[in-house]
Amino acid sequence: MPKTILFIEDESAMQKTVGAIIQQEGYNMISALDGDLGIKLAREKHPDMILLDLVLPKRDGFDVLRSLKQDEQTKSIPIIVLTNLGEMENIDKAIELGATTYLVKSDYSLKEIIEKIKKTVDGPAM
Amino acid sequence: MPESFYKQINIIEQCKKYGIPLWQCPQFLFLLMGCVIMATSITIYLIGSHYISDPEIIVLIVLFLATFLISIAFVIVQSFERLAETNRLKSEFVSIVSHQIRSPLTNLKWIVELLMSGILGKIEEKQTEYFKILKENLERMQELVSELLTVSRIEATKLVFKKEEFSMENLVRDLVAEFKPIAKSSNIKINMDLEKNAPKVYTDPFQILQVVENLLYNAIRYMNFATDTVQKDKEREINIKVYHKNSHIFFEIADNGIGIPKEDQKYIFQKFFRADNVRRYQTNGSGLGLYISKNIIERSGGKIGFESREGIGTTFWFKLPVCQK
Repeated sequence: MPKTILFIEDESAMQKTVGAIIQQEGYNMISALDGDLGIKLAREKHPDMILLDLVLPKRDGFDVLRSLKQDEQTKSIPIIVLTNLGEMENIDKAIELGATTYLVKSDYSLKEIIEKIKKTVDGPAM
Repeated sequence: MPESFYKQINIIEQCKKYGIPLWQCPQFLFLLMGCVIMATSITIYLIGSHYISDPEIIVLIVLFLATFLISIAFVIVQSFERLAETNRLKSEFVSIVSHQIRSPLTNLKWIVELLMSGILGKIEEKQTEYFKILKENLERMQELVSELLTVSRIEATKLVFKKEEFSMENLVRDLVAEFKPIAKSSNIKINMDLEKNAPKVYTDPFQILQVVENLLYNAIRYMNFATDTVQKDKEREINIKVYHKNSHIFFEIADNGIGIPKEDQKYIFQKFFRADNVRRYQTNGSGLGLYISKNIIERSGGKIGFESREGIGTTFWFKLPVCQK
């Protein structure tokens, strides 16, 4: 059964682009355009990994990250933060809150991003 | 109310928000002017009472002078305040704009990559060529935006330094290994002479990495277009040294590229400055790299400099204090 990735991101262009390549790699992708829906879907579908943007409408990504990590049901799901916020203080905050990896969008190519995702979902290569 | 009042009189805090030195800060100037006016008034009173017997006239003179000085001080301080505020707004504007541009730029770049990957349908060879150009240009814009962001953070004194102990030798070695393929493709040899077990430095390794990367990238870039000049036959080399002397670790990078024209040398660390011979060859670059590097090195307690002769080559160096722990 293909593994499922939940992508919490408010920009549909980003959803589409990253979504295309995630699906190409054989994963199942579910998307949420805001934090509340993201948390709800994480509880219901229990994905294998969550990709999380930090700049989100209503409640921001840090808030979502905190909720996901405090909830028994979703606490163990690895979370990759995928954002444009490259400042050190944001990186530290997200890692402290329990993010597995922090990726600044502009620093990576799409190919590198999918490699990181694969590594997190499937574990390190044998 | 009392809290906001204390904030108002906390001059250092007030000045911080402008990101300028204390002596340029309007609030500080106001205080200084106040002291000068008081001192002047007292002096005049003392001198006056020596020569003029009528106390009313003395008081009048002092009052008149004090009013005059206060109005001048007020005008000066106000214009300084306007300047400082404009400066702050400019940095903030650059920061907001850069942040806003960043996100669609990444979208664009990733979409181009997606198209190029062929996932969405086969791409003709001719199209690939243009996609490549598109992608390169997007990457240039990304680089510029991220440099602008760094500059705005430097100017708003918001550049965060995460200090730790690290070895310059390792940092340089790892980075050069990353650059080897690029250098090789440009036919440039990189030689390294790194002092083993030199003392460590204590600052933000990520920021120092940016500086070394900048200098290395510059060396390669400006050597690259030396090809179509007289230097064609010269072997193209970059020599990198890391060593320690007294209480500093030195980093040196020497190239035999086009060099910096003498008349341009004094401007080289200025924001947006690009040397005359560089503009002539129209290489990419924003003219921000060295400005950023200088700020980072100075904030780490170090110094940066260079020696260059046009047509012969350039050596950039910086030194950082050795970790005292």
